[in-house]
Amino acid sequence: MRALRRRLGLISLLFPSYAWLAFAIFAPLMMMLVFSFLSDVPIGGRSVHWTADNYTKFLSKAFYFKLSVKSIRMGLLTTAFCVIVGYPMAYAIAKVIRGRWKSAMFLLVILPFWSSSLIRAYSWIIVLRQEGVINSLVLAFHLPPGSVSILFTFAAVIIGLVHAYLPYVVLTIYVSLDRIDDTLIQAAQSLGANRLQSFLRVTLPLSLPGVLAGAILTFIPSTGSFMEPRVLGGTSGTVIGTIIEDQFVSVFNWTFGAALAFILLVVVGIILAASAQALRRAQVFSIGGR
Amino acid sequence: MRRLTPASFVVYAGLVLVFLYAPVLVMMAMSFNRSPLYQLPFQFDLRWFVALTHNQRLLQATGNSVLLALANMVVATILGVMTALALARHQFRGKTLLNVLLVPPIAIPWLILAIAMLLLFNFVGLGRGLPSMFIGHVAVSLPYAVFVILARLSGTESTLEEGAMSLGAGPWTTFFKITLPLMLPGVIAAALFSFTVSFDNFVISYFLAPPGVSTLPVEIYSAIRKGFTPEINAISTITFAFSMLLAVFAVRLVREA
Repeated sequence: MRALRRRLGLISLLFPSYAWLAFAIFAPLMMMLVFSFLSDVPIGGRSVHWTADNYTKFLSKAFYFKLSVKSIRMGLLTTAFCVIVGYPMAYAIAKVIRGRWKSAMFLLVILPFWSSSLIRAYSWIIVLRQEGVINSLVLAFHLPPGSVSILFTFAAVIIGLVHAYLPYVVLTIYVSLDRIDDTLIQAAQSLGANRLQSFLRVTLPLSLPGVLAGAILTFIPSTGSFMEPRVLGGTSGTVIGTIIEDQFVSVFNWTFGAALAFILLVVVGIILAASAQALRRAQVFSIGGR
Repeated sequence: MRRLTPASFVVYAGLVLVFLYAPVLVMMAMSFNRSPLYQLPFQFDLRWFVALTHNQRLLQATGNSVLLALANMVVATILGVMTALALARHQFRGKTLLNVLLVPPIAIPWLILAIAMLLLFNFVGLGRGLPSMFIGHVAVSLPYAVFVILARLSGTESTLEEGAMSLGAGPWTTFFKITLPLMLPGVIAAALFSFTVSFDNFVISYFLAPPGVSTLPVEIYSAIRKGFTPEINAISTITFAFSMLLAVFAVRLVREA
């Protein structure tokens, strides 16, 4: 009787949340897969039939292949810059800066999580545009006008994306660096390793899980982004994400949009599945010597 | 490596913070600038903030955003408490699976989730609108709420609750007298974060907003695409400052506990 009541209690605690997720996340994803194989949206009594046209359209046109490559390049560049810029930052907070400054720096890195990514992307327009702040500075220094107009270029999109995802990378690397026992590093140095050697052979390998986690957290959303490319890239910002947006807000080819989104979802799934393995391996590696 | 002194790391960290904050600070400064073209020299003026008070569309969108964020905060936090309690205090088969199921709403790009929702909600006749946006917002903020509360709960002992139960307290008394006070900082942090996730949510609202109904981020996006006005700077400045205030409050709360 008690066990039964406990069981019922457990179910009533869990059911509402998972029913909500089932209705708002998992059922929609299934529906998206089904719709991607239809000729039209089966809403309002329209006659539809099963077809793979949406996928053959994607596979047969060079345009979509080029865009996919561009989107992946966008994700990879964003990830690379985030790791290169973020690692020394995380190292500074975890291992160099101490005391009050350390917690202040940490707070300043995580604060952007609480702000709107749209507003942060928008703020770059003001900095990068032709009449913007950078150009005013250029004019002030008597450089030729218009020489630094990078708004609505691919570079502007990358800057916006790095700005958006850098805090995630710094945070994940910081967490893995902070866990490393300083005595390990001291031990390496007392055994004759110089600072570079102890960094390359102790600190860096132990922090790789954090680097990997940050890279995945950056690569997935930046490859599938549409807002930053749209706001900062203009016509040079056309990527898979913006094409998907178009299918729903201007072209109204919902089933093709569903197919594109499903292809993106498969890519995301493969990366997550592959990295779950790698992450676990990295974790084993990080237990240190075992 | 020998040349990398602590001072150089501090300088580097400072530069990264400039990269993170300078654009928003420039935007905030420009919202107080008289020139609509962001021209310098800077002339202090509150005209863009005054203009906001006459912008009915923006005011209405702000009302929708606040309403959605509050409703989302209440529901996501309650569901989050229930789920976190079950996951932290009960042992059962399938727990790992339930934990894993909380990841997709966070890991899958919101663009994909938003259009998937749009398709299903249209198919079942719910269509676009504030109720659909609300369902979507709760779905993506719930996992964050669960993780924040779970982190707090796993740091506390269940022995206190067992003690209360063995002394004759019922499950509800135990919950309100022991468990809730224990996890309260986590619950408040989860509530504030859920509020922010919804208030700042652009992608899901954008695809689920019918013509004529919008939220603040959706309104800002369409204004940016139509050609930007300094009014956007003013509303963005207010929104950003408000988010930062909430964040600092939440971080303090979690740290003091």
